[in-house]
Amino acid sequence: MADEHNMRRVTAIKNGTVIDHIPSGQALKVLELLSLSGDTSVPVSLVMNVPSKKMGSKDIIKVEDRELTQSELDRLALVAPDSSIAIIRAYSVAEKLNVNLGDEVRNVVRCTFSNCITQNPREPLAHRLRVTKTDPLTLRCHYCQRPQDLDELIHNLL
Amino acid sequence: MKGLITMDDLTNEDIHSILADAERLLPIARGEAYLPLLQGKILGNLFFEPSTRTRMSFETAMKRLGGDVVNLGDVKTSSVVKGETLFDTIQMVDGYTDIIAMRHPRQGAARYAQDAARVPILNGGDGAGHHPTQTMLDLFTIQQSHGTLEGLTVILAGDLRYGRTVHSLSHALVRFGCRLIFASPELLRMPAEIVEDLREHGADVTETEDLLGNINQADVVYMTRIQKERFADEDEYAKVAGAYKLHARDLDNAKSEMVILHPLPRVDEIHPSVDSTRHARYFEQAFNGVVARMALLCRLLNIEVPTEIAGGDA
Repeated sequence: MADEHNMRRVTAIKNGTVIDHIPSGQALKVLELLSLSGDTSVPVSLVMNVPSKKMGSKDIIKVEDRELTQSELDRLALVAPDSSIAIIRAYSVAEKLNVNLGDEVRNVVRCTFSNCITQNPREPLAHRLRVTKTDPLTLRCHYCQRPQDLDELIHNLL
Repeated sequence: MKGLITMDDLTNEDIHSILADAERLLPIARGEAYLPLLQGKILGNLFFEPSTRTRMSFETAMKRLGGDVVNLGDVKTSSVVKGETLFDTIQMVDGYTDIIAMRHPRQGAARYAQDAARVPILNGGDGAGHHPTQTMLDLFTIQQSHGTLEGLTVILAGDLRYGRTVHSLSHALVRFGCRLIFASPELLRMPAEIVEDLREHGADVTETEDLLGNINQADVVYMTRIQKERFADEDEYAKVAGAYKLHARDLDNAKSEMVILHPLPRVDEIHPSVDSTRHARYFEQAFNGVVARMALLCRLLNIEVPTEIAGGDA
């Protein structure tokens, strides 16, 4: 009942993507990760801090007229690894997707260490962060091996 | 193994076998025998930062084994100053050489170069990161002194924060069950993430500001230089650095077989009075840089070191 009520807080979308089970307070970061925060062409609805049976409280995002791709969604692993995603077509769920973290985050963010070789923006090789632990999420740069500060990392999106 | 970027690229078995190769190559390093195992091979020396010992010992190692060396030269007059990326520099040198030894001010540069290169990379220091060829010569010297690497008590003293030699060495010693005592001023403590890593690997690590009070427990004391520029002012430096200077009189209670190592150059941290004690090993250690790098060059170029080498008593 709580979930149904939450979904009705904003209008149901005809086509697009719904990202549910985002940890409370992280929705704005998710928008940033998906490069939707500055995009004024796409209607986006945001619900924050609503009750959730599974999580206590959670955030929800609805993106209209845009089906996010798996590689776009994998970026969510940095702040909302357990979120559930539904692709909506003609008001019904056409596909369900999960965030897939894998063992490396490639070309999503730049290492946070100021003296890492990857700080030179002209160096052409991929930015690679290795997942060394998933709970809590721990990442290390493939090159300099420094552990990454997740709060800082969000500002280093490529 | 393609290149040597961190000590994680070597298993303990690799380490033992490379040290055994180094032992057999001693007569060649001393110039008592000549064995052109690396004839026809070219080493590219890419030192983006000043280096005396590491660069020269790589060059000596290559030449003692009949190989040749090309140098990047002064960074100030090379293509680097024109803004060339590391990727492009590596592409060029990769085509000219069979193996590359490099030092770079940025951390992670050696791993980056290895991902960009076809030939093996030997990391000669990347920022405050790793310096595994130094670690191999340190391990060689420790094994020479004690006959083993297992279960020793090792004090690492001085600048543990910025000193990349102590970072690589600590990781390696822990793999051989050594007990580590980190003696440093508060400002220059071993980075927390390294201590955490070592403890996760089951290491027995003690952090202290007291070097002299712990010397009697040590099998090895590894000294490093404390640089004035790390401190806000000279008074603070003088106050702190004094506690990390060794004098012969400080060694009265040391174990008789304890050895003192230093990656050099030293400034004031080891008084010349220590040089003539049985504990001093830092000059042998510097010489061992040649033999350890000879063994590594052979290993990475897939050249087998013969089990019998004539001309020496090693």
